[in-house]
Amino acid sequence: MSELLKARAGEKLIFDHPSVLSEAVTHYCPGCHHGIAHRLVAEVLEELELASRAIMVASVGCSVISYDYISVDSVESPHGRACAVATGVKRARPDTIVFTYQGDGDMGAIGLAESLHAAARGEHITAVFVNNTVYGMTGGQMAPTTLLGQKTTTTPMGRRMELEGGPVHMAEMMSQLAGVAYAERCSLDSVRHIRAAQDAIRKAFSIQAKGLGFSFVELLSGCPTNWHMDPVRANTRIREEMIPVFPLGVYKDITAQAVPVIADKVVEGRS
Amino acid sequence: MSQAPERILIKGNEAIVRGALDAGCRCYFGYPITPQNEIPEAFSSMLPEQGGSFVQAESELAAVNMLLGAAACGIPAMTSSSSCGIALMQETISYMAGSCVPGVIVNMMRGGPGLGDIGPSQSDYFQAVKGGGNGDHRNFVLAPATAQECYDMMFSAFALAFKYRNPVMVLGDAIVGQMKEPVRCVPPKHALTPEQLMQQGEDWRLEGYDRHAVPEPRVLRSLLLKEGQLAAHNRSLHEKYSAMRQEAAAEQVFCDDASLVVVAFGSIARIAHSAVRHLRQAGHKVGLFRPTTLYPFPEEALRALISSGKRRFLVIEQNLGQMVEDVRLAIDGQAPVSWHGILPDLYVGAETLRAPILEALEGGKHV
Ligand SMILES: Cc1ncc(C[n+]2csc(CCOP(=O)(O)OP(=O)(O)O)c2C)c(N)n1
Repeated sequence: MSELLKARAGEKLIFDHPSVLSEAVTHYCPGCHHGIAHRLVAEVLEELELASRAIMVASVGCSVISYDYISVDSVESPHGRACAVATGVKRARPDTIVFTYQGDGDMGAIGLAESLHAAARGEHITAVFVNNTVYGMTGGQMAPTTLLGQKTTTTPMGRRMELEGGPVHMAEMMSQLAGVAYAERCSLDSVRHIRAAQDAIRKAFSIQAKGLGFSFVELLSGCPTNWHMDPVRANTRIREEMIPVFPLGVYKDITAQAVPVIADKVVEGRS
Repeated sequence: MSQAPERILIKGNEAIVRGALDAGCRCYFGYPITPQNEIPEAFSSMLPEQGGSFVQAESELAAVNMLLGAAACGIPAMTSSSSCGIALMQETISYMAGSCVPGVIVNMMRGGPGLGDIGPSQSDYFQAVKGGGNGDHRNFVLAPATAQECYDMMFSAFALAFKYRNPVMVLGDAIVGQMKEPVRCVPPKHALTPEQLMQQGEDWRLEGYDRHAVPEPRVLRSLLLKEGQLAAHNRSLHEKYSAMRQEAAAEQVFCDDASLVVVAFGSIARIAHSAVRHLRQAGHKVGLFRPTTLYPFPEEALRALISSGKRRFLVIEQNLGQMVEDVRLAIDGQAPVSWHGILPDLYVGAETLRAPILEALEGGKHV
């Protein structure tokens, strides 16, 4: 651990650094939620003792160099194909824990086919899906998840139903596929939601470890830079604009006793 | 007790599968397309029997990315397709070259451009040899001409892929893939065992870091953003590609005293072989030079055949003139090179090639 992070005389360490998260300073913008999402994944891998046999498939987007931050064996996928690459990894080494970490452009646009088919086949992999409603890396263009009316660099008038269509709902789509064991949508806008997101990620990885099928966690995330707002307002936007369109909750859980609660009820329970 | 027959009658496509399995292939990913469907079909039953994994992918894009994933684990793996399907795979083949993972890709060419037809064609020579993908990369390209070579070359394909940590393409066509011939399914003499093959991945493969000799996470990537990183990487790739040149190979028939050397590959070379043999019997001094690696192109061996301007070369290929460019680069103006193209869907016989070979022998049209 670097000197900076160590407790000094008179100090008590109450917030530790997971060993799976490298101490590199990230390249993410202030207020970006990729860092939080990385930490949640890293903490879960550490807690479940899965890191040493984990293989991460990094996707193309702002998180393309996630392997500089999450210290596990990693392979880089072409844009959109992470779930296909993960399929190959898991088929070649069924004794590993395989996960993808993908943005909304990566998973919901260019890689929609690979994502849905890996899920339909019930590949024993976990997909962490970061939905920030824009293409962050390329400068804030429209994503498949961009909200109606949202201005981006390629929807300068705001996204219009007649011309650009409406946002893609990944968690809902995933829940319809036979091979999916678990699909939940969470948010990273508040501490309470972040804790719930960690529970979901833990559940997703333990479902993979048990070999029950494809597990999927969507994380509603902020992109203050491309939303042109400060991080606090970005969090407010997630609450006020995104969650109503992308309701939080468990969309599928084959391990649950009862039928999964419908999204809205879960939102009430959690927020 | 009955013994297994020494040779079995199978299609080139099935020989590919048997060769791959005997060489140690453990994963296959593919999407149906004619004329190579026997490959996924045979793998779908034979691979699981041997404890391997078969996936019918949702597209060639998915198939080749599954290959990238399996190859990143150091597991001998392959995909196969034809022409337009291979076009879809190019981005990932480039990623594989950039991140140095050892996949095998079989292309049983069909006619093009576009959807073309399903007959024999050699019109993907450029795509295979010059690289259809982005960036400064090179792939091995092996060219079998017979079902037996389909079996044998799969051993070379996996050996080269692992030795150089590089994609390898096996380039056949509808004739090579579809024709049934007797094949002896016995590993070639110096073939590596599957265990020897896998051992070569110990230093770089992904398997979870506690399984590495030094338990540090490994990353297989092609993105190199820091200043100077990509330049250094590409320099090392360039050195690797130079080393790859030593693997160039060709078969030569009657070349020693030939006044005309026919240069052809794959199924067309085989037909040209018959034509050359018949012409020899009739007293004509013709020979055949058949590259068995199209990349690296056996240019030194070809250049060695130039003899003080007395010898001519004729390239015969089933396309509108692709390999002829590599032949001309190799000959470098030191001897006359002519070209005879065969259009797709034409099933030529040795007789058809007689006239163009005789014409070239007499110093006919020099295209
Ligand atoms: C084949 C291909 N097309 C386009 C790109 C350019 N590109 C890089 S990242 C990206 C979008 C990423 O957006 P998203 O997946 O939402 O992730 P974010 O950057 O927002 O985290 C695009 C279009 C590429 N690298 N490769």
